[in-house]
Amino acid sequence: MVKFSDDKLKEVQSMIDRYPEGKQKSALIPLLHLAQEEFGGWLKPDTMDYVASLLTIDPIEAYEVATFYSMFNLKPVGKHVFEVCHTGPCMLNGSDNILDYIKSTLGIEVGQTTSDGMFTLKTVECLGACGYAPMMQMGMNYREHLTKERVDAIIDECRNEK
Amino acid sequence: MAKKLLLEKAHIEGIRHFDVYRKEGGYAAVETALKMDPAAIVEEVKKSGLRGRGGAGFATGLKWSFLAKPEGVPRYLVCNADESEPGTFKDRYLMEFLPHLLIEGLIISSFALGSNRTYIYIRGEYAWIVGILEQAIAEAKLHGFLGKNILGSGFDCEIYVQRGAGAYICGEETALIESLEGKRGNPRIKPPFPAIKGLWDCPTVVNNVETLAAVVPIINMGGEEYAKIGVGRSTGTKLLSACGNINKPGVYEIDMTISVEEFIYSDEYCGGIPNGKKLKACIPGGSSVPILPANLLLKTAKGETRYMNYESLSDGGFATGSMMGSGGFIVLDEDQCIVKHTYTLARFYRHESCGQCSPCREGTGWMEKILQKIDTGKGTIADIDLLWDIQRKIEGNTICPLGDAAAWPVAAAIRHFRDEFEWHVNNPTKCLTQNYGLAKYADALGLSA
Ligand SMILES: Cc1cc2nc3c(=O)[nH]c(=O)nc-3n(C[C@H](O)[C@H](O)[C@H](O)COP(=O)(O)O)c2cc1C
Ligand code: SF4
Ligand code: FES
Repeated sequence: MVKFSDDKLKEVQSMIDRYPEGKQKSALIPLLHLAQEEFGGWLKPDTMDYVASLLTIDPIEAYEVATFYSMFNLKPVGKHVFEVCHTGPCMLNGSDNILDYIKSTLGIEVGQTTSDGMFTLKTVECLGACGYAPMMQMGMNYREHLTKERVDAIIDECRNEK
Repeated sequence: MAKKLLLEKAHIEGIRHFDVYRKEGGYAAVETALKMDPAAIVEEVKKSGLRGRGGAGFATGLKWSFLAKPEGVPRYLVCNADESEPGTFKDRYLMEFLPHLLIEGLIISSFALGSNRTYIYIRGEYAWIVGILEQAIAEAKLHGFLGKNILGSGFDCEIYVQRGAGAYICGEETALIESLEGKRGNPRIKPPFPAIKGLWDCPTVVNNVETLAAVVPIINMGGEEYAKIGVGRSTGTKLLSACGNINKPGVYEIDMTISVEEFIYSDEYCGGIPNGKKLKACIPGGSSVPILPANLLLKTAKGETRYMNYESLSDGGFATGSMMGSGGFIVLDEDQCIVKHTYTLARFYRHESCGQCSPCREGTGWMEKILQKIDTGKGTIADIDLLWDIQRKIEGNTICPLGDAAAWPVAAAIRHFRDEFEWHVNNPTKCLTQNYGLAKYADALGLSA
């Protein structure tokens, strides 16, 4: 069974307190984000059930939401997730080349995870960084103005991280 | 130098922090506004001529005056920071560099509308900006500009930041409200409009980040003065995010009197096109608005100079004009492929359709598949006609405007660049490796293989 630490439970309570009484369901998306971060980078059914119980809503209400939004992972992902934008403005600035380079360097296709569980590669649609293209999201941050050299440096950075 | 009302102080060291922002004259508008009657603030906003900066350009003061005020029912202001329209990244810039400007605008607007709990709904991917905004909120609260009895006025207000989780549709105001209630982002059927029945069924106003920030200069200078900037019904200043094939991509504040040509070629703005290439086409207001070929972008069909404002950009309607939209300015140089670019946009809309209405759910999928087919040399002339037919059947037949937003880019691409679509069909192998413009040039010189 998954369970938040006491500290995290305090954070949960402060999230719920942002809404009027009885409207605690509004905290569902923030709680799913928190749960995904805390419990392995993806939402297992158990995790969603737990979040639903904290908000006294039915588990189906959590599943409905988790399956709608693209930031929620419903399958395990690698330690580092590269989410490369390939919408129009990024494409105009060479996102296809960056994507090909990442694929060949990591030896995986879009949607796959490296066998050591380190990297997952995904494509995403416009992330609001079109002026700083090509770019990708990595965890909570954006990596912009990507070149092959920068991609190499980012991969090294991830590998050297303890 | 064009007049700047929003970004003037963006480069001041430490402006993200309360002390510096305050020293630069920040929060003076809150002090002024809290001494006014809320109805008088709405009146100033009406006089300013401010139009919503989220895309639709609806008059803000008028929208505020529609807000229902039943006795004993809370009212809500929600700030739309979902910013997910391809080409658009202006709100991000404003929130990252001038968080207090947004908070100041939100306090004034909350007071004007009577919202004691105000939410900023921000796209989930802008995760690091949540911290910047929450820090600004905490500082404002510490100095008595938020919380209970603000500046002794008797007005209480809290601002909360809510993160989305990756869904363009949550920028549509009723989908945003659903999402804020902890549900899937399915747009609601209107009416009832949010002004009557919005968040938790209470009267609600949803406004864009830039719209709410613009309330600060309006209070500082007065609505009438604000209205003197710009031209016609395009008053004040507008943020534009410029991207694609230009030398200086970024966020610019313009007063709406400059020409499109100046915006693209002046060093103060986009700085021209890299490597001396020619301008081929441009989507001037975010991915949903019609693409225009260079000639119709710089001059209207009547041969008049086109300007960067609401009226001029839409001159000629959809036949020969476009729209100001969200201010996402996407430039394509002569080497770019219209079919491929349109395909990526169609793929975007298919991905983002919430799936409630069949014309949008099915139509966006078909358009994506057909465009991919043409782009990879497998299309037929009948496919181009089918594409035209599908987009027509989506437009106007859906619950929310995402259907239209998906149809318009496809329609405009075919309208203005049909020969390029046909070239793909007629040159199924060449189109995989060659560029339409260069290939035609080579053909003309008898150089092609
Ligand atoms: C599919 C779709 C996406 C939208 N995305 C946004 C957005 O990201 N930000 C925004 O401010 N408005 C967006 N809008 C417009 C909003 O519905 C709404 O009109 C706007 O927030 C009103 O604010 P304004 O009057 O200040 O512009 C979107 C509309 C549609 C149909
Ligand atoms: S038009 Fe598309 S996005 Fe809008 S409600 Fe219908 S299916 Fe959903
Ligand atoms: S198109 Fe890639 S960030 Fe906008």
